[in-house]
Parts: sequence; C-alpha cells; structure tokens
Amino acid sequence: MIMSRILAIATKEIRQLRRDRLTFGMIVGIPLLQMLLFGYAINFDVRGLSAGVVDEARTSMSRALVADMQASGVVRVREYAASVGDLRRSLRAGEVSIGVYIPADFERRRLVGNRPLAQLLVDGSEPTIENIARAFVAMPLPARAGIYGTGQQVFEVRTEYNPEKRTSVQIVPALIGVILTMTMTMFTAVAIVRERERGNLELLITTPASPLELMLGKLVPYVFIGLIQTTLVLLLGVLLFHVPINGSLWAFYLAALLFIAATLTLGLIASTLAETQMQAFQMSIFVLLPSILLSGFVFPFDGMPQVARWIAQLLPLTHFVELVRGIVLRGAGLAELQIPIYKLLAFTAVALTVVTLRFHKRLD
Amino acid sequence: MSVRSASGPAISARDLTRRFGKLVAVDHVSLDIPRATIYGFLGPNGSGKSTTIRMLCGLLRPSEGECTVLGHPVPREAEQLRMKIGYMTQRFSLWEDLTVQENLDFIGRIFGLDGQVRAARIAERLRQYHLEDRREQRAGTMSGGQKQRLALAAATLHEPELLLLDEPTSAVDPQSRRDFWESLFELVDRGTTILVSTHYMDEAERCHGLAILDRGRLVAEGSPRQLMDAIDAVVIEIEADDVRAARHAIDGQEYVKSVAQLGNRLHALLDPQRRDPEGSIRALLEQQGVQGKVERVRASLEDVFVAATRFSADDDAAPGGRAVA
Repeated sequence: MIMSRILAIATKEIRQLRRDRLTFGMIVGIPLLQMLLFGYAINFDVRGLSAGVVDEARTSMSRALVADMQASGVVRVREYAASVGDLRRSLRAGEVSIGVYIPADFERRRLVGNRPLAQLLVDGSEPTIENIARAFVAMPLPARAGIYGTGQQVFEVRTEYNPEKRTSVQIVPALIGVILTMTMTMFTAVAIVRERERGNLELLITTPASPLELMLGKLVPYVFIGLIQTTLVLLLGVLLFHVPINGSLWAFYLAALLFIAATLTLGLIASTLAETQMQAFQMSIFVLLPSILLSGFVFPFDGMPQVARWIAQLLPLTHFVELVRGIVLRGAGLAELQIPIYKLLAFTAVALTVVTLRFHKRLD
Repeated sequence: MSVRSASGPAISARDLTRRFGKLVAVDHVSLDIPRATIYGFLGPNGSGKSTTIRMLCGLLRPSEGECTVLGHPVPREAEQLRMKIGYMTQRFSLWEDLTVQENLDFIGRIFGLDGQVRAARIAERLRQYHLEDRREQRAGTMSGGQKQRLALAAATLHEPELLLLDEPTSAVDPQSRRDFWESLFELVDRGTTILVSTHYMDEAERCHGLAILDRGRLVAEGSPRQLMDAIDAVVIEIEADDVRAARHAIDGQEYVKSVAQLGNRLHALLDPQRRDPEGSIRALLEQQGVQGKVERVRASLEDVFVAATRFSADDDAAPGGRAVA
C-alpha cells in the first residue's frame, strides 16, 4: 500500500468532484432539504389547513368561533358552504381538508353545555389530517371573557399532539445520520460505478494500483464531504431548532467520523454489486429505507419484533443514533458509549474486507 | 529503455480459449510474438481480438490454454506485469473531466513516477504527441485524434516494454492514423513490442507480423508479404464494359469463391485447384457474350483476409462465436 498512490487517486477524485455540479450541489442540497423537510414536517403544527364552513347559527358567537379558529393559524377558511351536503362534496373533491359545521342550535348548546358546540368533518383517508383535526377539537380557542365556559381543559391534548420541542431535539442529531447514510452510500457507489460505466476502470485495473489503494483513495474525499455535511446539519439544528449540544464536540465529531467510514464502506459494497449508476442509486435507497425505519430514528425499538432488532444491529445508523443521542442530548462521554463505537468499527472492518475480496482486478 | 536483451518471445500463447457461457469468443489461439516488433490482430468485429488482448494483460481469465507475457505466466503473475505493459483500451478510458495535464499527472503518480521524473516525462510526451497547446484542455472536449494521442501518451508514460493497443485508431481520421503509426514505429525502434488490433487493411499491412482472427479462431498468420504470397486462391481481375453482365456470367460457379466490384472492374478469388482459371472465366464470359479483359493479379492483404475469413466460414456451417467486442 503506497500513500502517494492513495493521495493521487484522492486528488483526482476531488478535481472531478469540483467539476461535477450535480454531485457538488447534492453535498449541500440534500442536507439542507432533508433538514427542512424532516425538521419542519415532524416538529411543527400543520398550518393553513384549508377549511370549509357551514354556519347555520349565524350568530355573533358562531362567527367569533370561526374567526378564532382562523386566528389560531391552523385552518384557513376557504369557503362558506350552504349545507352540510355541499361541505361533504367539497371535502370529497379535495377542495378543503376539513369542514366546520355549526348547527342552528349552537347558542342553546353553548348555554346548556352538555353537548359539543360544533362538528368537525374530516377527510378520513388522510391519517395525518385526521390527527390534526382531532387535536384541533381539543385545542383551546383563545378565551374571551364570558363567551366560552372555562370548564374545557384542553391544554393536555394539545401537548400530547405536538410535544413542543422535544421531538425536534431528538430528531435533528439522528437526522445527521440519516443524511449521511443517504449521501455517503450513494456518492461512493456512484463514484465507482461511474468509472466502470465510462470505461475508466478497465484502465485503472491495468495499473499497479492495488484494490485497497483504489478503494481508500476513493474514500478520502468523501470523508471530508461527510464532515462538511455533519457540520452543516448541526449548525442548522442549532440555529433553526435550537438543539442543545450537551456533550463534547470532539466526541460528536469522532462519532460522526466512525459513522462516515462505516457508510462509505457500505457504499463500496453497493458499488461492487451495481452495474449501472441507476442500480447504485437504487441500492442506496435500499439501505436508506430500513435505516430510517429500524434504526430507532423514528420508531422506538420497543415496538419492534426480534427479527427487526437483529436487522437494526446490522445497520450502521442504529449505532450512530445511539451514539449521537448519547453525546448531544444526554451529554454522555465516549467512555460510556464504547459498545456502539466498537460495533461501528467492526462494521467498517468487515465491510472493507468484503469489498477488497470482492473487488478483483479483472473484468470477469 | 530498450530491453532487447531479454530472450524469448514477448508474448507466447498456447491454445488460448475463452468462453462466455456457450459462446466461444477465442478458440484455441496459439501464437508467438517476437520482441521489438509490431504485431497485428486483424479481424472483423466480434472475431475475438479484444478478448485475446484482455486475456494477455490479465483482465480476463482464459477458459483453457495458457499464455506467457514478457516471461510472466498470465493471469497468475499479472500484477508483476503492470509496470512493464501499457494498455490502450478500445474506448477512450482516461477521464474526460480532467485536463490533459491532470490525466497524465494522475497516471504518472499511479505508476509511481517521482516528481521530477514525472514532470520531465509528461513534458516529453506532450511534445512528442503534439499536445503542448492542449495541456489545460479537458480531455472530453478534444477530437478523436487528440484523445488517441493522449491515450498513447498515457500508455507510454512509464516506458513499458510491451504495448497492447486495442483498435487504437477506430475513431480517428486518416492523417491522424498515419501520424499515430509513425509514433508506433518510433517506439519499436527503441525496443518496445507492440500488439495492435485493427480492422483496417492499410494498418495491418504496416505490421511486422499479422494474425487474422475470425470468429475466435486464428485463420492465418505470418508477415503481410508471406500471407499475400501464400494465399490459397487465384486472384483475377475482369475489365468489362458491362460489369454487371460480366458478374452475372461468373456468379454461381462453385470455383468462384468471391467477387467484388471495383469501379468498372471485377475482382474475383478463384479456387486454386481449378485448372486454367483465367481460361475458364474467359470461356464463361464468351458464352454469355460479354466483352472483357481477364488478367491474373497479385493478391492484396484484403484478398488474404477475404480468403481466410470467408472461405473458412463456408467450411463450417455452424455459426461460431460472435464475441463481445
């Protein structure tokens, strides 16, 4: 193994990367996009849900109710329908996502207080909207003196639905892992498969460069790219979602480095299997999906069957999520997180061995 | 460099065979290629030229048979060969998004050339192959001829003893091809052995030695001169006013192996077993009332090629290997 050769391959790779606008754009674009999508979609109230209203009561109180709903920002009234039938049609057509029906006896219900004041009609085919609507029912309308009864304690329900900032704090550090799984696997797999597709590999394998030199040379630039992405997501997390970093930054970067190495070798394995760049893309998705679902990123391990937990153990993301949550959120030191560290190291070593054995300097 | 001292042929192959599934791409090819010569593989697409070259540089494992390259049994000692051979792939395989300079620099580093040696060697190649002005140009934006000169510069950067060139001139204009061959002869003068595959007759004619490949089999071998002298056919030309009538007259005779029209002449290969072939043709023309002049001419390399490939194709009806190029 000769260092200068690895360096030569790394230099070549960086030069090519600098000229490859698409990949270059993805280095920054994917983390940015994922961060915003995941961050906001998971963590904040859905706003501006389009609503239709049927107000049969037509009292100042009923109008105040609708106005207050709008004021909450969760719904935006798009139309006033004449009847419940019209409202249903609009719902079915997808023109509105939620319907508000205020019955003619609204005033009486308010005074008696033993029945709900109004009805919400919801498109049941959209589970998320249904959830939001249910939460909306429980959501407190800003109290005005004397208008509504004070008996309705709905704050608990709202907190249950939107657990304020806890989720984003949990999600963002692990999201670094998801983004790296996606980009690192894809970039390396594509980088090698592209050379095969373009015929460069046929030349490369007739040179004295050994498979290990070729592989390491290819990986070096992506290690740096991975670290850049890590930094980017962490910065966004701190700035946009106020993620606190309770542990040491050094420990965090060490964990990131270990994880980057593991995902890069995973990409290399994909590259030895894929024939075309398209297949390399597909394989990286194939890795990404179980990583998101099984790593503990979104769903807790407790609910998973044993088989899923075993599979999760094989995914580098599982161990990174454990590491990063430990370091960033609980402020744990590396000494307390030895097990996931060793698991990541073992993964990298095994994967690199597999790749070097699989990658032979032949065309057959 | 000049490594003439080493003894034995540069390449020696015995019954080299390669199958891809049922397809026999290379079928028991045996040959010896002497050092410091240009040796050509002539054959149509799919005749097994590329597959043979790939086996010789260790990229493909032979299904049967063995070969020794520069004294190293291949593929077992293929790695020891890397510094000694230069390989130019059929398709341009340097990096199109790197500049000329960057490509050569990369190849130089990979072959372990140290800083000063590398810089000097690159400067020399740029000058030799007229690429000095293009130093900063991206390889992908260059013409076929320029790319090919760059590929040759890269393949010879480490001064290999043996160059394997797989259809190096397929995407190149005639003038560039002439220049390219001049550079090859310069390399041979300095002791390099060159194996080149081609489907151009004029290129094949320039080789010291030649192997004609057809559907994976070696059907003829020798120097171009030897091959032309030893052709297994009588070559005649018929000059006639009505060439089409003349053609009609001689077509369908079993001893007429091949007919090609060249302007107002017909060029025909006849079975050498036939007694008085010219007389037979004249008689045929007379029968059909065609006026024409019949004369026996020297065989060209193309005749050799046609005789070697088409005749053998008639011999066995079974379709042989259409190899991957």
